[in-house]
Amino acid sequence: MSTRQEWHFGEFGGRYVPETLMPALEELAEEYTRAQADPAFIEELDYYLRQYVGRPTPLYQAKRLTEMLGGARIYLKREDLCHTGSHKLNNTMGQVLLARRMGKPRVIAETGAGQHGVAAATVAALFGLECHVYMGAEDMRRQALNVYRMRLLGARVIGVESGSRTLKEATSEAMRDWAATVEHTHYIIGSVVGPHPYPTMVRDFQAVIGREVERDMLQQEGRLPDYLVACVGGGSNAMGLFHQFVNKGPRLIGVEAGGLGLSGDKHSASINAGSPGILHGARSFIIQDDQGQVLPTHSVSAGLDYPGVGPEHAWLKDTGRAEYITATDAEALEAFHLLAEYEGIIPALESSHAVAGAVRLAPCLERDTLMVVNISGRGDKDVNEIAEAEGVAL
Amino acid sequence: MSRIAESFKELKERNEAALIPFVTAGYPDLQQSLRVILALAEAGADIIELGIPYSDPVADGPVIQRASQQARAAGMDLETFFSLVAGVRQKTRVPLVAMTYYNPVFVYGQKRFADNCRQNGIDGVIISDLPPEEGRDWLKIAVAAGLDTILLAAPTSTEERIRRVIDSTSGFIYCVSRPGVTGADQALSTSLRPRLERMRAITDKPLCVGFGLSTPEHIRQVAVLADGAVIGSALVRLIADNAVAPDLLDRVRDFTAMLKQATIR
Repeated sequence: MSTRQEWHFGEFGGRYVPETLMPALEELAEEYTRAQADPAFIEELDYYLRQYVGRPTPLYQAKRLTEMLGGARIYLKREDLCHTGSHKLNNTMGQVLLARRMGKPRVIAETGAGQHGVAAATVAALFGLECHVYMGAEDMRRQALNVYRMRLLGARVIGVESGSRTLKEATSEAMRDWAATVEHTHYIIGSVVGPHPYPTMVRDFQAVIGREVERDMLQQEGRLPDYLVACVGGGSNAMGLFHQFVNKGPRLIGVEAGGLGLSGDKHSASINAGSPGILHGARSFIIQDDQGQVLPTHSVSAGLDYPGVGPEHAWLKDTGRAEYITATDAEALEAFHLLAEYEGIIPALESSHAVAGAVRLAPCLERDTLMVVNISGRGDKDVNEIAEAEGVAL
Repeated sequence: MSRIAESFKELKERNEAALIPFVTAGYPDLQQSLRVILALAEAGADIIELGIPYSDPVADGPVIQRASQQARAAGMDLETFFSLVAGVRQKTRVPLVAMTYYNPVFVYGQKRFADNCRQNGIDGVIISDLPPEEGRDWLKIAVAAGLDTILLAAPTSTEERIRRVIDSTSGFIYCVSRPGVTGADQALSTSLRPRLERMRAITDKPLCVGFGLSTPEHIRQVAVLADGAVIGSALVRLIADNAVAPDLLDRVRDFTAMLKQATIR
């Protein structure tokens, strides 16, 4: 049985859920521990990551962007080249293999931008499992392409109309489904959030990102990177990049969604502007009022539009190991165009926040500084929304 | 002896199960909420559960979600909640249980929350998303403040977990009738009886059943198996359907009295 120590990152994390879900979390944690020690599981996951997801992904030196910014040497970790278009498949592949080991014929997922929903629907199709995806009605509108992709993959997409009709409500609704169906359903949480063991397990499944970066950087530059930059909503691509380096030298920079700016309430910067609290099963930083009521958030990027953040990020912030900055909607959009025009890569709006972080930091750094920016997903899904925002008829 | 324990003792002597209605505090609005709670007490409620509205009620179905949202929009916060409780306490001795999620308690301050509960007349607290493993600090604070903490036993709970819940709970054990969130059902789960029998064999603490109960027949079935029955969504829906009706309070009283009848063995 897990001890309370394993559940927490310092004072953050834990398992704050209704009793109905506690046994399932115990089962999942035990199965995950067994799987980690089982060479057959490791081998199976490795096989699918290589042959189906398309790993390893390149670590690409962005020469024109580097030259234009005139500072640190920028490398892009190309998670956008994973099958389905984002890093999300690394995690859903691991979790679906666990669901199969536990004999669960049905999986559910929450999704914001739809990238995790697509990744969950994909692995469900791959293994013939039933799949229901919860998505806020507002997100269904702004990520219509992904909604249709999930349906093509055989998943049922359930719109959530309550509250701000975005990722927070979709997550709550998925938890409600799970409480009723827990005996035959596995809940594939898409980020390093939720009750133990999810933050640890999702991080471990994403940690392949950082392992590849370390190996490729040593090969290309003969040394470790100096800066790692990733966007942070729940924070799974960032934890996946950071984990390999937490006990090593690189500076770890998370970029939160600054929305219309931190002076108002239209942002999603849980670490920079939130306070300690409990949301969706874990203690972390959340955006809330002085009564502990969770507040609506805003970001141009549906995948970052969430009032919480993974508990390990809260702990990395608290201990000073990682630094968290913000990029506004406008900065993210500018970075989106920049990467498209200078490198021929259209990043997801989420990943554009990481690029915006690099745009701000790189010019202030020496030319021999090595910076890795995680391009967690590709931007095809955002093209319609951006065209509309810029008044372009398609 | 706590007010809740006293209540179960008296019920046992009368050979009745406890009728435990749940309403969302501040719903449909502050004034009506006070009247509704007093109507429940008048009509025979043995213990009353008051839900503190929360922005993210993951253990609640649509009826209580909507009521929570409306109560919050009508201005219900913790200070208002405590003044509502104080108002109820002036008029009745019925045991009051606050039902909440953990985040508002955590942010308000656990000790401050417990002390305010106690001072205003709350007898017990249920924190839906605080399992015993995470609730050690709260349990100590609640004991020090003289509050009962009612823990939930779920149909999915293992034997080991049920024993842990039984050891840590006070007041009563809230036996969740079936997997899922709050909401009114057509029929009771068939696994309820054997589960209650297994729990009865290992504890003398009162066992109360909630989630899904909606009719006098449900209450009658539970009354022979357990020490109490919680009715929530069906009552909140009745209030929702008649929120602006002139006879709202009569309807609440009639429904409660009918359910109370069903607890008499």
